[in-house]
Amino acid sequence: MSMSTDLAAGIAPVEPESRVRNQARTQRWAGFALITPALTVVALFFVMPLVLSAVGAFRAADGGFTLAHFAKSIDLYTKDIVFTIGIVGLSTLLIAIVAIAIAGYLTLGENPRGVALLRWLYRWPLFIPFVVAGQVMRTFLAKNGLLNHVLIGTGLIEPLSAESMLDWRGIVVAFVWKQAPFVTLLLAGAMASLDRTHVEAARNLGAPRWRVLFGIVLPQVRGTLLVGLVLSFVTMLSVLSVPLMINPNSPTMMTVDVAYRISTLSDYAVANALCLISLLLAAVGAAFYLRHAVQKAEGA
Amino acid sequence: MTSAVQTGTPWLRHVPGAFTRALLLALLAFVIFGPLLNLLLWAFAEKWYFPSKLPLEYGFTFWRRVFAPRGNAIGSLGTSVWIALLTVVFSLAVAIPAGYALARLRLPWRGAILLAFLLPQAVPNLPVYVNIAQVFYQIGLAGTVTGVVLVHASHGLVLAVWIASAAFAAVDGSLEEAARNMGASPWTCFRTVTLPLAAPGLMASAIFVFLESLDEFTGTYFVGVPDVTTLPLLMFNASMGGNYQIASITALLLLVPSIGFMLVVERFLKSDVLAMVGR
Repeated sequence: MSMSTDLAAGIAPVEPESRVRNQARTQRWAGFALITPALTVVALFFVMPLVLSAVGAFRAADGGFTLAHFAKSIDLYTKDIVFTIGIVGLSTLLIAIVAIAIAGYLTLGENPRGVALLRWLYRWPLFIPFVVAGQVMRTFLAKNGLLNHVLIGTGLIEPLSAESMLDWRGIVVAFVWKQAPFVTLLLAGAMASLDRTHVEAARNLGAPRWRVLFGIVLPQVRGTLLVGLVLSFVTMLSVLSVPLMINPNSPTMMTVDVAYRISTLSDYAVANALCLISLLLAAVGAAFYLRHAVQKAEGA
Repeated sequence: MTSAVQTGTPWLRHVPGAFTRALLLALLAFVIFGPLLNLLLWAFAEKWYFPSKLPLEYGFTFWRRVFAPRGNAIGSLGTSVWIALLTVVFSLAVAIPAGYALARLRLPWRGAILLAFLLPQAVPNLPVYVNIAQVFYQIGLAGTVTGVVLVHASHGLVLAVWIASAAFAAVDGSLEEAARNMGASPWTCFRTVTLPLAAPGLMASAIFVFLESLDEFTGTYFVGVPDVTTLPLLMFNASMGGNYQIASITALLLLVPSIGFMLVVERFLKSDVLAMVGR
C-alpha cells in the first residue's frame, strides 16, 4: 500500500492552480446534480403540502384572508388542544425519566448480569409501529386485560375496583412504552462514548452513583437527551392511530379532530387551522433545542 | 459478587441490593412483555368473555380465516410488501447520490441542505399528509399505489440520506485515493471501492426505509383510501370493528419484522457509522 502511494506521489505531476480551481467547480456542479433529485422530492411532497396547509388555514371561501378558521378551531377544540399539550408534555417527561434511569444504569451499573439483561430487555418496543402499540395496549389495559388480572392476582387491587385504563392514561402508557426505548438508545450511546476518567475518579472518591449520574454524566449528554425528547415530542404530536384506538371520544387529541373534520365533514379549512396550531406547538419544542444548541455553540 | 470477595465484606450485604435489582428488572420485563403476551393470547383465543382471566378455548380458527386464499390479510400483506419494496428502491435511488455528495464533495450551503433533510423528521406530519392527499385527489393519485409510495418515500428518503451520508463519510478516504492514483476512473473507484465499503450502512438504511413504509399508518390512511389497504390499515379496521382476534393476528404479522430488526440492528449499524450521523 505505502509503496503504491509513494510511487503515485512521485509520478503524479504537480497540479497547476487553475486546474485545482476547475476541479472545485466541477465538484460543485456534480454535487448539485447528485443532490437535486432528493431535494426535489422533499420540496414537492413535503414542503409544498406544508405551505398549502398554512395557506389553507388563512383562506376564506372567497379566496380572501380570514382568521375565522382559527376562531372556530379555538371555539370548538380548546379542550382538545389543552388535552393534547397535557398528554404529550406528560409523556415527554415520563420518557425522560425512564430513559435517564435505564441509560444511567447501563452506564454506571456494576452488576454485569443486570446490565446485560437490561440492555437486552429495554429495547423490544423500539421498532414496533404506533398502530400496533395501540392495539397491544387496547388489550393490555382493558378492564378484562392482563394488567388488571395480574393486579388482582397479586392482591394489589380488589376485583371490584378493576377499571379500564383506556382513556388519557392509556395514550400516555402507549406513548412512553413505544418512545422511551428510542430516547434510551440515543442516550445510552452518548453516555457510552464519554471519557470515563471523571466517572472513575468521582467513584473512587466515594461519590454515590446517583450523584455521578446527575453531576457528571448527564450534563455532558444533555444535547443528545434534548434531541431525543424533541423528536419524540414532535412525533407524538402527529400520531393518529393511538388516540383513535384508545380514546376516540372527547376530550381527545387534536389529530383525531383533524381526521374527523376531513373524513366526515370534508372541512379542510378548520383541519388546516388545527394543523397549524400543532405546528406551533412543535416549534415551541424545537425552540428549546435550538436555545440549547446556541448556548453550546457560544460556549465552545 | 467479586467486589464482595475483594473488599472482604460479607456477601449478605449484597442481598437487599440484589433483591431490589431483581424486582425492578422483573417489573420492567412485565411492562415490556405483558402487553405483548396479552396480544399473543388474543391471537390464539377462540372464546374469551368478560370475567374469565384467560381465554376459554384456544385454536387456529381465526388464523385459518386470516390466511384463507380469499382473505383480506394475504392481499394486504402483498400490497404492504410491494409498496415497501418500491419505496426502498425509489428512496435509495435518490438518497445514495445525495448521501455521497454530502459526505464527499464540497457543497455550498451544506448545513442548510442537511437541515432540509431533517425537516420531515422534525415537523408534525399530519398537515403534510392531509394536504398531499387533497393534491393527489385532484391529480388522480389518491387511492393508488404510486401515491402511497411517493408519500412513504418522501419520509423514508430523509432517513436514507442521513444514514447513507454517514456510511460514505465512514469510508476511509485514503483507500479511494489509492484507487484513483492507480488509474481508476471516479465511477470505477465508487463502484469497486466506496460502494462495497459503505454497503452495510446502506443496507441498514434500506431496512429502515422498508420497515417505516411497512408500518406507516397516517399517510396511507389519508392518501390510500379507499382502494389501497395495507396491513396496518387492515389491523386498524379489524380492531375498530371489535374483532380482536383478527387485529391481534395482523399485529403479530407486523411485529415479526420489527422485533427481528431490533435484534440485529447493531450488526448493520456499527458505532463508527452512528458517530458520523449529522456530521
